[in-house]
Amino acid sequence: MYPSDFYYTKDHEWIKVEGNEGLVGITDFAQHQLGDIIFVELPQVGAELAAHQSIGVVESVKSVSDVYSPVAGKIVAVNDGLSQTADLLNKDPHGRGWIVRLKIKDRKELEGLMKVSDYEKFLEGLES
Amino acid sequence: MKKTRFNELHKKLGAKMVEFVGWEMPIEYKGIIDEHMAVRTRAGLFDVSHMGEVFVTGKDALAYVQWLTPNDAARLLPGQVQYTALMTPESTFVDDMLVYCINPRTYFLVVNAANVDKDFAWIAGHTKGFEVRVENQSDAYSQVALQGPLAEKILQPLTDIALGAMKSFWWSKGKVAGIECLVSRTGYTGEDGFEVYSTDPDPGAVWTSIIEKGTPLGLLPIGLGARDTLRLESKLMLYGNDISDKTTVLEADLKWIVKLQKGDFLGKPVIEKQLAEGLQRKLVGFELIDKGIARPHYPVYVGAQKVSEVCSGTFSPFLKKPIGLAYLPIGATAIGTEFEVGIRDKMTRAKVIPTPFYKRADKK
Repeated sequence: MYPSDFYYTKDHEWIKVEGNEGLVGITDFAQHQLGDIIFVELPQVGAELAAHQSIGVVESVKSVSDVYSPVAGKIVAVNDGLSQTADLLNKDPHGRGWIVRLKIKDRKELEGLMKVSDYEKFLEGLES
Repeated sequence: MKKTRFNELHKKLGAKMVEFVGWEMPIEYKGIIDEHMAVRTRAGLFDVSHMGEVFVTGKDALAYVQWLTPNDAARLLPGQVQYTALMTPESTFVDDMLVYCINPRTYFLVVNAANVDKDFAWIAGHTKGFEVRVENQSDAYSQVALQGPLAEKILQPLTDIALGAMKSFWWSKGKVAGIECLVSRTGYTGEDGFEVYSTDPDPGAVWTSIIEKGTPLGLLPIGLGARDTLRLESKLMLYGNDISDKTTVLEADLKWIVKLQKGDFLGKPVIEKQLAEGLQRKLVGFELIDKGIARPHYPVYVGAQKVSEVCSGTFSPFLKKPIGLAYLPIGATAIGTEFEVGIRDKMTRAKVIPTPFYKRADKK
């Protein structure tokens, strides 16, 4: 169920590398934990972020969660669709629920992230 | 963690369980919004066994309940229920609660799960001069709440009690799914519905038969998450958030439960003083004008000054907007007054609106 070409973080973000850019979102595990998502606070296009810096905030009925950038980069696009339909994050977290597109600053940072099998093992560890 | 007698049934239904005031309780099953809307449009079943049940019995039972509470318990006939509070001498809250008149010498008090031990100690601790007995029967009782427009339709085939004849805030005893129960037409959602109490050590059939009868009609099991969004839309109080031992009954906008003419009671002199002098602050309902969700403890500003913190706040699933409750200085409590809530680093505009935020169309 988790795309094999994504990289994953321990905070349940994913990044899909496309050339020297990356599409970033939260995983299915994260959207399930959050519950019904109401509202997403998106960053400004052009913002420069360090790895693990907050990209924005996802609000569900019962909780507030920061979304962290998996790698350092510059925001080149944000998913405006989310301001209209925040529940895209629940319905399609790995696809139409993408949050930002960023220009990756240093590809070497990807090596510190998990590949799909490591992430799935990580999830199993959490559930026990 | 304590477990209710329905604990395993929740897990079988796939509930997400959490710890709540020392109990392992379901916070959600299908999801807060689905559960909330099920109660508003069809029906929902809640396990509320964690609530407390205290009996006040004896020759002075009524006089004692009158002394401890601001509402007039003398108006209750056997079979009637009343919303009221345990008052401190400062007219602040020990708790809010329901009082059931069983008979003129027996009153059944139902209190919040978070306060059972505190409330029992309070009720047992003021009996000097009253010929009464106070008993904490919370552990013996299991309780479920069936709420929503289809509640009566779902429950009637399961009970020998004539529900059609039961008016709001009345109770009756009988069998539900073959088990001896006390059933009242009360609830914490703003919908029609019933609360079902039983001391049967094996009350599982009460839960399972309602689920079985109700599911084909669209009934869902409901967790604590939706319990909170439902009660907030109906402006029902949550102790610790909206009312506490730091808020007076008048400040909490609960003047309607104060019946001064009934006689003396704890807190009465302070209430009379506040009525004469006027209030400095009051609990109001608000909605956000800017995007965001106001949550408990977020700072509240009038002008540039912090005046209080949000008491309760959420995104209302039925009204589809962010709502909340907060104490504002009396000069800022008029409907339409704009103020601000600090959400992370942003001053988010809000305005005072009428409450309850939601009121059901028909009322029995």
